[in-house]
Amino acid sequence: MFMTINVLLFGITVDIAGKRRMALEVEEGCNVLQLRRSLQEMYPELVSLRSLTLAVNNEYAPDTHTLGSGDEVAIIPPVSGG
Amino acid sequence: MVSITDQSIDIGALQRSVEDDGAGGTVLFIGTTRDVTDGRKVVALEFEAYKPMALRELEKIVQYAREHWQVRHISVTHAVGRLAVGDPAVVVAVSAPHRDAAFEACRYIIDTLKKTVPIWKKEIFSDGEVWVNAHP
Repeated sequence: MFMTINVLLFGITVDIAGKRRMALEVEEGCNVLQLRRSLQEMYPELVSLRSLTLAVNNEYAPDTHTLGSGDEVAIIPPVSGG
Repeated sequence: MVSITDQSIDIGALQRSVEDDGAGGTVLFIGTTRDVTDGRKVVALEFEAYKPMALRELEKIVQYAREHWQVRHISVTHAVGRLAVGDPAVVVAVSAPHRDAAFEACRYIIDTLKKTVPIWKKEIFSDGEVWVNAHP
């Protein structure tokens, strides 16, 4: 079974993917690690980044976090505020 | 009080926002951007934020500071959009009864902000643009 998640991109990942947001179909039970791997397959340049953290519904999420239908998932490249 | 602004930061307003008769000391940190990176002259900067999460992370940082240091008020503002070299990108203001707490809390806030808050800086040179710290 599949579900839709809403992916938001930031910083250099926008340059890499060519977009700021996308709706993705993922398998139910998909976790953060699996999603990161899928994104890296779709956009191999993501692999060269220093880090690629994901946030789910405005909270940093560990690799083991299971995604839910309709989740807002942000792709967080290395932060550089301040 | 935390905020993200696409206008230029009003440092005086931030200082006034932490004024308190119970404060013996106020520490103001102003983060600005240098004009040269690796020998290249920086022409301008752009900051981008994942705003709802950035505000949430800033609130967490301020909450931690309140729990660990005796302070009166804390205000943090980060600018987004295009900035010129020397423009304040971030300002942290902390007032406290005693200056040790103000210095320590302010240091904690800016150090942690730089590690956890989803805000990104791009440096613009005359011959290109680079997202800071993106690649090892």
